[in-house]
Amino acid sequence: MGLDITWAVDWVRRGAETLSEHRVELITLDREIGDGDHGENMDRGFQAVLPKLDDLPAGSTPADVLKLVATTLISTVGGAAGPLYGTAFLKGSVAIAGESSIDAAGVATLLEAARDGIVSRGKAESGDKTMVDAWTPAVDAARSAADGGASAAETLRAAADAAAEGAVATEPLVARKGRASYLGERSAGHRDPGAQSTAYLLEAAAAAATNGTSA
Amino acid sequence: MPSSSRVGIVIVSHSDLIARGVVQLALQMARNVRLEAAGGTDDGRIGTSFDLVSAAITAADDGAGAVVLCDLGSAILTAETAMDFLDDDLRERVRIADAPLVEGAVAAAVAAESGDDLDAVLRAAETAGGGGGGEDVAPAPPGPEIGAGSITRRVTLVNSDGLHARPAAEFVKLAGTFPQKVAVNGIDAKSLLAIMALGLVKGDEIEITSDDPEAREAVDALADLAESGFGEH
Repeated sequence: MGLDITWAVDWVRRGAETLSEHRVELITLDREIGDGDHGENMDRGFQAVLPKLDDLPAGSTPADVLKLVATTLISTVGGAAGPLYGTAFLKGSVAIAGESSIDAAGVATLLEAARDGIVSRGKAESGDKTMVDAWTPAVDAARSAADGGASAAETLRAAADAAAEGAVATEPLVARKGRASYLGERSAGHRDPGAQSTAYLLEAAAAAATNGTSA
Repeated sequence: MPSSSRVGIVIVSHSDLIARGVVQLALQMARNVRLEAAGGTDDGRIGTSFDLVSAAITAADDGAGAVVLCDLGSAILTAETAMDFLDDDLRERVRIADAPLVEGAVAAAVAAESGDDLDAVLRAAETAGGGGGGEDVAPAPPGPEIGAGSITRRVTLVNSDGLHARPAAEFVKLAGTFPQKVAVNGIDAKSLLAIMALGLVKGDEIEITSDDPEAREAVDALADLAESGFGEH
């Protein structure tokens, strides 16, 4: 069973909820190695998307929802997260444009396009202690799940779990990109806030998919 | 491109105060340039705003294009994202400079004021503070140690602005056309800000020197330019 507009809208709502719930935690993580605005910015950005979901015209596709998230985040999130997540959702939207329902392979394609957008915008590589360190394991896990015959929901579950592990794995890393890179060695020992928010967002996507298929 | 329109400049900063301050500083030397500040978020917090940056780029362009200068990393991300959303036509006339914010803005503004095209204004920004002059802005003590083979010319400034703003920009531009190292009162002749920091005014005598025996032509050309009064009277 594919993932349709209901899933996409539910993903955004759950995403907004989880980011709101973890706002202080993300602020704290960001304060350790950055400028401390990540939780605030992500919460503000996703809260700004919520009222706009009700205005989506009938017949909208998952890609339309992702595009709405992209443009809203770009205009409302003041830190690096705005352009980065905005680009991710925009590229993801383009990758699944026109499809009313996406399957497992579509999920992998969406995540890969999103990750590639972040990499081209932020020029970060794996191991730089950025959100890429959550996205890339998620993309790899999604691709191998989809290739192995998993459902769309199972593919997102694999991606979310890999992103969560990827976020934890940023802890010992020394930052080479972003504000944390100014700290050099002192950035080691802290989890990257962008990788953590990625894990929360993909968890929301997976939960929305599970909810949809079991209902 | 109509020669009457000048390249515009956009200052993107996390701080509204910094963006407006840099604009204010650069305007002092480039009163006819469209300098747009895009600092802070839409609601006045620290951060950068996609909407403010997009609007500033549009406002800065008068047909000759715009050069965007940014402070910290995420300002560059916002500027790049804003560029992605511009009309193709405008996007081709916008450049994001890899330049120090303050020095780059001043150098770019002076170049734009003198009517330089987009690529020249970009280059002015990106070479600002470079060439070893960046950290050495204090004037050297008079009578620097000059080697035996050095070439020297002394010139009195006759133009009203002295070696400032547009004349300084022309001087630096000319110096940049020669590969040799030339100094003005001991300061790198290719560093706009360092030269402006000398505060040389009408009536001051300047000493143009080089230790490079190949630099005769460069020293003469720069001395002749200064002596000519830069077209001012």
